[in-house]
Amino acid sequence: MSKVLMKGNEAIAEAAIRAGCRHYFGYPITPQTEIAAYMAKRMPKIGGTFLQAESEISAINMVYGVSSAGLRVMTSSSSPGVSLKQEGISYLAGSDLPALIVNVQRGGPGLGGIQPSQSDYYQATKGGGHGDYHLIVLAPASVQEMADFTVKAFELADKYRMPAMLLADGTMGQMMEPVVLPAENSGKTYEKPWAVRGTENKREHNIINSLYLVPEQLEVKNLERYERYKEVEKNETLVEEYLTDDADICVVAFGIAARVSKNAINAAREKGIKAGLIRPMTLWPFPSEAIARAAERVKGFISVELSMGQMIDDIRLAESCKKPVVLCNRVGGMIPSPEQVLKAIEDMEGGER
Amino acid sequence: MAYTQILIAGFGGQGVLFAGKVLAYKGLEEEKQISWLPSYGPEMRGGTANCSVIISDTPVGSPIVSVPDILVVMNLPSFDKYENAVNAGGSVFIDSTLIERKAERTDINAYYIPATKMARDLGLPTLANMIIIGKVIRETGVIDMDGLRDALAKTVSAKHQDLIEANLKAIEAGYNYI
Repeated sequence: MSKVLMKGNEAIAEAAIRAGCRHYFGYPITPQTEIAAYMAKRMPKIGGTFLQAESEISAINMVYGVSSAGLRVMTSSSSPGVSLKQEGISYLAGSDLPALIVNVQRGGPGLGGIQPSQSDYYQATKGGGHGDYHLIVLAPASVQEMADFTVKAFELADKYRMPAMLLADGTMGQMMEPVVLPAENSGKTYEKPWAVRGTENKREHNIINSLYLVPEQLEVKNLERYERYKEVEKNETLVEEYLTDDADICVVAFGIAARVSKNAINAAREKGIKAGLIRPMTLWPFPSEAIARAAERVKGFISVELSMGQMIDDIRLAESCKKPVVLCNRVGGMIPSPEQVLKAIEDMEGGER
Repeated sequence: MAYTQILIAGFGGQGVLFAGKVLAYKGLEEEKQISWLPSYGPEMRGGTANCSVIISDTPVGSPIVSVPDILVVMNLPSFDKYENAVNAGGSVFIDSTLIERKAERTDINAYYIPATKMARDLGLPTLANMIIIGKVIRETGVIDMDGLRDALAKTVSAKHQDLIEANLKAIEAGYNYI
């Protein structure tokens, strides 16, 4: 397998095609427009559909339509655009439809800026739309993972009949790194007997719907869905642990923040400070067990985020407030420097807590 | 184990991002670990643009270059902004047609090359970026000259393959500038 140099956004698009996605709907927004541009170029050549919708809301509802027919489908946007999609995402969840939604985050709230951010963590992991539901949320930290997690997201979405989100940021979308692309037709596929694509007069109609006016029925639907979520939590949590075996100080970070943190951890080790990193690769399900295990032996946790502190809540829940958790962050499109993270590590090492 | 952090900065339109891509593609050909990160957004055409490139024997951590070993500056604002960031013992490459002042730091190697003028004289007015890259290759050896044509063929888009020779010519001119 030869490596090619690609932007993260392009790697997502090519990996999606190789995972069998032939339908893309979107609306341009920086810093993820390369995904749409790539799809516009490729889809017509392979018999797929690229459609620039009139808005993000239309795009997500087109996703609903194609997914109902049992086909792999995706949309992508950046923070403000993903806010617009939330109603449609809730409907996908309520109708048990698989789909891939990519959010290449930028600074917010509101129109915010176009530089990288991780401040949609709550939105991605705690609902975003209305009702009780979860998305499977994957957080890539390299261009290779942009490609690999795209395939994985389609697989998991189909397997559990739920929407999956790739939560990246502007840096991940714009940077180029060598990537080994997944093989054509990669990714497990699943039978979709629930899809609406004609009965051929051989079976009952399938109905895709999220409206249940009888509360007893709606309750059952919710309970069933949460049984499935339990399975996802049990089977699909992904986490990378870096130098945590003997760590006194545990940095927790995902995506670009994890890349920066690794530099800081290496620098701390050179100074004789035992620091390590827990990198959630899935944000939902969150790797609570890894955090809880670490809480048994570390001095404290440092949550490195490009937000005002959102993931830090999940860290505290996971370690049951056993050890202090401090925030090391930049916001608004700024990125913490390795030096800033190193200082946080040194402060925790030296401080009496 | 080499871990070289490169920052290339100038005005949008000077080919700053492209220059970084040439280094990245050549590094990939040499089976190094690579990252290339552009500034993005409204900087194109006229504003400031920069790109971070890391070429390494070991996996790349943060792709953001804040302490460059090699700094290439193609306008004065970039030189003013990044001179103090350069790693002690590092190198700065200055387009002396566009930047009149000298480096203030004495703990870095400063190379002055009139790239924009040379590009004009060679009849390649848009390739000052490649002339500086030639000089970078000569002085730092961060990538090899051998096999540069293949890397250029990958960097240049399919419809501009006729420009490979011009790019090579510009790189060689910079490489041979004393």
